[in-house]
Amino acid sequence: MKKLFLGVLTALALAAGGTFAGTLDDVKARGNLLCGVSTGAPGFATVDDSGKDVGFDVDYCRALAAAIFGDPMAVKFVGLTSAVRFTALAAGEVDILARNTTWTYSRDTDLKQTFLGVNYYDGQGFMVKKELGVKSTTELDGATVCIQVGTTTELNLADYFKENGMSYEPVPTADNAESQQQYLAGACDTYTTDASALHGTRVNLENPDDHLVLPEIISKEPLGPLVRHGDDNWADIGRWVLNALVIAEEKGITKANIDSWKDTKDAEIHRLLGTGDDDILAMVGLPKNAMYNAIKAGGNYGEIFENNLGATSGINIERGVNASWTKGGILYSPPFR
Amino acid sequence: MMTKIAFVRKKEIPPSAPPITEVGLIGWLRQNLFSSWLNSILTVLSVYFIVIILWDFIPWAYGGHWNTKSLRECLDLDPDVACFSVLTARWKQLLFGLYPAEEYWRPTLTFIFLLLAIVPILFPKFFRFFWFSIIYPGLAVWLLWGGSFWSISIVYIGLTLGALFFLTLIRRYLKNYMIAAIFAFLFTAVFFLFISNPLVGLLNVILPISLPFVESLKMGGFTLSLIVGVTGIVASFPIGILLALGRQSNLPVIKMICVGFIEFIRGVPLITLLFVASVLLNYFLPPGTNFDIVLRVVIMVTLFSAAYMAEVIRGGLAGLPLGQHEASASLGLTYWQSQRLIIMPQALKISIPGIVNTFIGLFKDTTLVSIISLRDPVGLASTIRADQKWNGIYWELYVAIGLMFFIFCWGMSQYSQYLERKLKTDK
Repeated sequence: MKKLFLGVLTALALAAGGTFAGTLDDVKARGNLLCGVSTGAPGFATVDDSGKDVGFDVDYCRALAAAIFGDPMAVKFVGLTSAVRFTALAAGEVDILARNTTWTYSRDTDLKQTFLGVNYYDGQGFMVKKELGVKSTTELDGATVCIQVGTTTELNLADYFKENGMSYEPVPTADNAESQQQYLAGACDTYTTDASALHGTRVNLENPDDHLVLPEIISKEPLGPLVRHGDDNWADIGRWVLNALVIAEEKGITKANIDSWKDTKDAEIHRLLGTGDDDILAMVGLPKNAMYNAIKAGGNYGEIFENNLGATSGINIERGVNASWTKGGILYSPPFR
Repeated sequence: MMTKIAFVRKKEIPPSAPPITEVGLIGWLRQNLFSSWLNSILTVLSVYFIVIILWDFIPWAYGGHWNTKSLRECLDLDPDVACFSVLTARWKQLLFGLYPAEEYWRPTLTFIFLLLAIVPILFPKFFRFFWFSIIYPGLAVWLLWGGSFWSISIVYIGLTLGALFFLTLIRRYLKNYMIAAIFAFLFTAVFFLFISNPLVGLLNVILPISLPFVESLKMGGFTLSLIVGVTGIVASFPIGILLALGRQSNLPVIKMICVGFIEFIRGVPLITLLFVASVLLNYFLPPGTNFDIVLRVVIMVTLFSAAYMAEVIRGGLAGLPLGQHEASASLGLTYWQSQRLIIMPQALKISIPGIVNTFIGLFKDTTLVSIISLRDPVGLASTIRADQKWNGIYWELYVAIGLMFFIFCWGMSQYSQYLERKLKTDK
């Protein structure tokens, strides 16, 4: 208790002295990264039976920690609910927020945050029972829809049905759990939320094959990590770790084969893995092999995806638009040079 | 003519058995369940609803799976019964949160000590062990958070020295309590500012006793509920008493402060205060300040509960006849003596149901901390569901959490009834 009090005093004194270092220096001084993740979003962040943090966002932060410290475990995960996530970031409780957060204009500008890119292109989808015989959202005219009130999904739904000249009857629910229960009880023909959540839910229904997630996605929900305004170097580090994971997949660099690229003719791979002569990572204050460590931590983007959201995870989300641009998706990293 | 009396009973008739409709099971049923038409209808309806609920619940719970690896496996075996396997896999997390597994003995020991520490408070015949209840808070903090043993005990050492200093002053040198208290306060302040840190350092070198540090991020489950609930309950009670007395004070400043505090806190929902603790305080404090989140929450919950406690106790005070105050004053008792000996024992006795009511409410309100990201049992339920293995489990988790809360709240309620019976003087 007393220690805490003295800690507060010390911090006050420090702040009064005006010694503000960059976030990277703070993180290095502290010896670990503070990463804000969801308290529970299937596939993105949770703890497993043994209490270990796992998830898509978790793996990104591990890669970032590996890039800085060479150690993917040098990161503390702070579970944040959607109600407190932005203030926690703004107040400096976390260094980076990787909390399946949609990149929007006002969050980027008004909330004074910098989005580092998109690590998952989500969007709003619909689930229906197969016996309904519906194959596309355009056939949903007159349907009853279970919808979480007070969310952007509610507004998207209204817009979409209006644009397509269809009508629907909303069955309002408080959260995804209630939507699911109402849908299963037959209170609504279809229920709608982010497609990633629909897939996760469907797999664990009593008979998954009786249910269908419709192929149409009616809204854009680009999820990505973000940092506070005001430290561009820190934002660059976070952005380029994400890009490195994407490039690694594009080039075929995996966790398993990462050590076998020493003799490649591809100069970009040498720059990325730090096996060449020029040390371009010094520009942001990272060690030469930072990206090597980042990729080594949990594999490239594709591996992280498969382990947390794809077939290996049991959620079975298709890559779809989240595939690399070379494979028909829209993941595209600027060149690493 | 002689009056002819045909029969005179010489002996009293033995009392006949009461009608079968008045005693035994039938009598009980008639009196309690079927005493009127309305009651009969209500009884039948209640039985009907209880039966239809149990009709579904018992086979669901009784046949439940306990040993599957995931919800999917449960559903494939038999989708119509409970999947308690989630509890098998996660019961440790529900109890201890993310506390390191090899340190589980620490919260367990803290809980056992908690039971021992409240016995002297709850049952007067064990009052001679009250010293343990005083040591307990420091012990609990050390066990739960770890770190050096001395940095916690130094608080006790400092306060004890301060108290001894005060007593010595009073006995030997000074008559005035106020001046002695000021000196003792200064002495204690000097101790904590200048002496305690080197002393802790020295003690750490001489006799290093320490436990691995566990940060508040790892606290969760029922351990967290109990930390917040018990601390809130214990701390809010004395604060509540002081606020209640302050509200009745003749000194305008004290009265205004107390009324202002109580009305402000009661005018704001608890969740708002929790948001202040979790979000707003960080803006006021300089960046990088590590003001422990659990401590922040405990403070807010305590303040919230103290305001309600003050009003409950004020109700008890208002229930006492004015004669009690006057009588104690006429005996020559000082304000604090009369409060301690005459007023408070009676006022608190009247307030027992209200006090325990506030305690129970506070304990259940601790689940609100899940909204500000702390992993109490309810928060953990959603974390557990985010694991694809258990995605879609609702009832099993909530039934288990509800049962745990019920046990604690029911225990508190039973104790309050015991206390009321024990203190009943107006038979």
